[in-house]
Formats: sequence, C-alpha cells, structure tokens
Amino acid sequence: MGFEKFGKVNYTSETKVKDFVSHLEKGKIEATQCRVCKTMYFPPRMDCSNCLSIDQMNWKEIDNEWTLLTYTKAHFAPTGFEEDTPYVLAIAESSEGLKTLARLSKEVSEDKVKLGMKLRLVPIKLPHDKTVYEFKLSG
Amino acid sequence: MSDVAVVGVGQTAFTRACGVSIKELCFEAFKEAVEDAGNLQVQDIDGSIVCSAPEYDKQRSPAGAIAEYLGLNPKPTFYVESVCASSTTGIRVAYGLIKSGLNDVVAVVGFQKMSELSSTEVQERMGRGADVMWESPFGLSMPAGYALFARARMQKYGMTEEQMAKVKVKSSKYSVLNPKAIFQREVTLEECLGARAIAAPLKFYDCCSNADGASCIILADADKAKKITDTPVRIIGLGSASDSLSLANKASLTGLKCAVEAARQAYKMAGIQPKDVDVAEVHDCFTIAEIMAYENLGFCKPGEGGKLIESAQTYIDGDMPVNIDGGLLGKGHPIGATGGSQVRTIVVELRGDAGKLQVKGAETGLVHNIGGVGLYGNVTIFSR
Repeated sequence: MGFEKFGKVNYTSETKVKDFVSHLEKGKIEATQCRVCKTMYFPPRMDCSNCLSIDQMNWKEIDNEWTLLTYTKAHFAPTGFEEDTPYVLAIAESSEGLKTLARLSKEVSEDKVKLGMKLRLVPIKLPHDKTVYEFKLSG
Repeated sequence: MSDVAVVGVGQTAFTRACGVSIKELCFEAFKEAVEDAGNLQVQDIDGSIVCSAPEYDKQRSPAGAIAEYLGLNPKPTFYVESVCASSTTGIRVAYGLIKSGLNDVVAVVGFQKMSELSSTEVQERMGRGADVMWESPFGLSMPAGYALFARARMQKYGMTEEQMAKVKVKSSKYSVLNPKAIFQREVTLEECLGARAIAAPLKFYDCCSNADGASCIILADADKAKKITDTPVRIIGLGSASDSLSLANKASLTGLKCAVEAARQAYKMAGIQPKDVDVAEVHDCFTIAEIMAYENLGFCKPGEGGKLIESAQTYIDGDMPVNIDGGLLGKGHPIGATGGSQVRTIVVELRGDAGKLQVKGAETGLVHNIGGVGLYGNVTIFSR
C-alpha cells in the first residue's frame, strides 16, 4: 500500500518505490540511482535493468530542468478523467537525459506552449488526499 | 524445409454491434476461410491459434470455447495476444509451427467483440493500455498517444493537419467499395479539417472506429498447400519487434522504431527492397500512423510521408498503393481481427481476385500491423 495516492486514477498500490509518494507530499521529486552502476531512473525504480541489481538504489533529487519534446490537448478522456477535459499531456526531457510524461499546468496559456520551451516538474495536491506532479513554466 | 503458404482467408463484415456471440462471429470467418481454401476438410486442420485482446472478452480463455465451436477438438489450440497486432503474431507463431514440422495446417482466428462492453467500460480499458503506474494516472488515451507523435512531427518535419486529413480522404474513397467496411461514406478534406478535436492535432476523422468482427487465415506447409488450393500465397518474409510501453521512453517520437526494425527483418528474409512491394496494408489506426508507416517501411525517406500522401502515389493507381481496402480508418478496428483482415486483403490482391480494388499485376504484398502506440510491430511479406 502507499502508491494508490499517486494520480487521480491509479491502478497500482503495492510497489517498492511507494516512498516516492511521501517524498512528493513533502515537495520533493526524486529519482533513483543505482549504487552499483550509477544508472539513474525517473520515474524511479528499485531494480536496475543495466546491472540487474535489486534494491541497491539511492533516492536522488532531480535537477528539475526540463525541455518540452511534444504535447497534445486531450478533449476525450479515459474513464475517471472526463471532468478534466480539455487537458494538455506533455513529454519532456531533463538536463540529466531523463524523460517523462505528465500534464502541463492549466496555468500555462495555450499560445505560450512551444516545443523546446523550458519547464519544471511541480508536486500538486489533488482531492481525496491524492497527489501528483505536473509541468509548469521554468523560473 | 518447405515454405509456408496461405491457403484460405475469411472475414466477417466489421460492424458497430454484431448482435451475435464471439463463437458465432468466429464461425462466420472460419467457414469463409475453409470454403475459400477449396480442397480442405476441417479435420485436415491440425492446430488453431486464437487471437484477441482479452480485456474485452467475458469468456475466460476464449481459444477453448472457439475451438470447440469450430469443431477443432482434439487438435491443439491456444491463445496469442499482442493487442492490435495479435493476429499477425498468431500468423508468425503458425509459421514457426509449420516450418518446424510440428503442424501441417494451422487456422489463425482473430476476433473482437468490442460491443460486449459499454462505452464507459471500453474507455476504462483504453486508459489501462498505457503504463498503469506512471502514465495512465495522467489520463492518457490511444488517440493522445498518437497525437504526441503527430505534434513532434509537425515541429520537426513541417507535417500538416491537411496531410493527415488526406489519408482519411483516400481511405473513405476505398472503404465505400469494400462491403465489409464499417465506414460507407466518402468524406471531403473540408469535413476532416473541420471535425471536432479528439486529441489535438488529431480530430474525429483522424481516428478509426471501434468495431466487432472476426478474421481467419489458414496456413499450410507449401507441399500440402498445392493440394489444397490452386492459388497458394507464400509467406516470404517475417519481422517482429517491440518498443517501450511508456511513451516517454520511446526510441523516437517521430516514427515507430518497432516498425522500422520489423520491416528491416522482413525485407532481409524476403530478399527484397521496399520498391519491390506492389501493394501494402499498413496499420492506420490514426491518419498519422499511416504517414509514419510510409517512412518506417521505406516507401519514402523519413519526414517525407506527408508529401507522399499529397502526391497521391499511395492511391490504387500510384507507385505504391496502400490501404486500398479502406484500412483501419475505413474498415473499423476490431482489435484481434485486424491483422487477419489486412492479410486477407493482400492474399486476395495477389491472387488477382480483388475486383474494383485490384492493383494490376500485384505479385508481392506487405502487411504492417502495430500493437498499442508503437509497442509491438509485425511486418509480413507475401508473394504469389
């Protein structure tokens, strides 16, 4: 248990990276880094596919400088997200070379959105004691 | 070792709601394939592979239920799944079984009855098609996944929404000539461009429809095939690959790497070049997917897919006819049945039996079938 608090609709409760959620609640966005081979993972994982080590990870705060690679404005949503439409889904790459998908904050007006723009990932609170992260403008 | 050939093909009409059970749906495609084969008895089929996306089924382990209904007991049967690419994965497995000598004649039955579920249930399953841990919690859908590729290509290559719309215009021109297609109306470029947004830049007509339907492909060892039919169609190349499920970790956001790799393997095995393909069926679940397929299959250079549809060279009388049965955009997309339907079209084309949709003198055909958002890629090449 523990991970079910991540995101509005979530299908995973048990995972070795559930502490990610408590870090997020404290305002920290953390990757994992393998103590054996130094490979970094975000989203985090406890199993290293590079050196096959298990549970040899350290939590490590990300640099949090992201560049927008692509986005879409979703007008149609899977079950559970209908009230949120329209919302923008984005993929961005970090200065460490990590890539992730998240929503772009509704605070960012559509005419400002451009591929290559600089973003940061910010923890946000959701109703029902849930939490998630979203992209906001850098700075 | 001898070759493997397709000896019989069958397909139901693809519809919004078939009104029959999954067993009855599969029976119709199976009967058509057995009769199409000519000199084949059901008892000559010594194995069956059943393909669908199981999350849409009420029946647990559908292979058993369907093999019994088709009269295929006590021969072995089992289930294969790679979402939208399931039935060409089934064909790949059947090829291996026949080539190894374990089986002589195998039926690959693909089906989906999406109307078994309410639209809310279908949308719930679509949400779980993404990585459920790190991407589904943001509300990712299939159209949004492909839209992320479309946006990246608009930036990198200057691809336009009009170029995507032109894929649907072509599709509808041919689906009205295909009585098994769900979409029986020609649409104009203006209609496509003016349609409501689904996941911008993708609009309503950029997306295929959910559908009910079944397909059946019967494969045989080439020596047996000659006794079964006068028109066997040989499988001369197979390629298969995968990419990450998570969209953020895709090897590329401007093309499907699993398709590039599957195509490389299939061309190498067949000993042919892209220019040697006379007719192709590609996985156009969205208009953007057909444009990427042109490039990933080597029909044009990376970035030039949009120009290829503009040039009209992928129409029936062009240099490289693609999806001249309407494709997924025109036929509808009953997940597990789609790959088999693509194969059926190519086999009928190579036999020269496609009527109004016949590509003149087609000798070599290609099927590109993708599961998920560029997750599983199968490319299969056929020859007369």
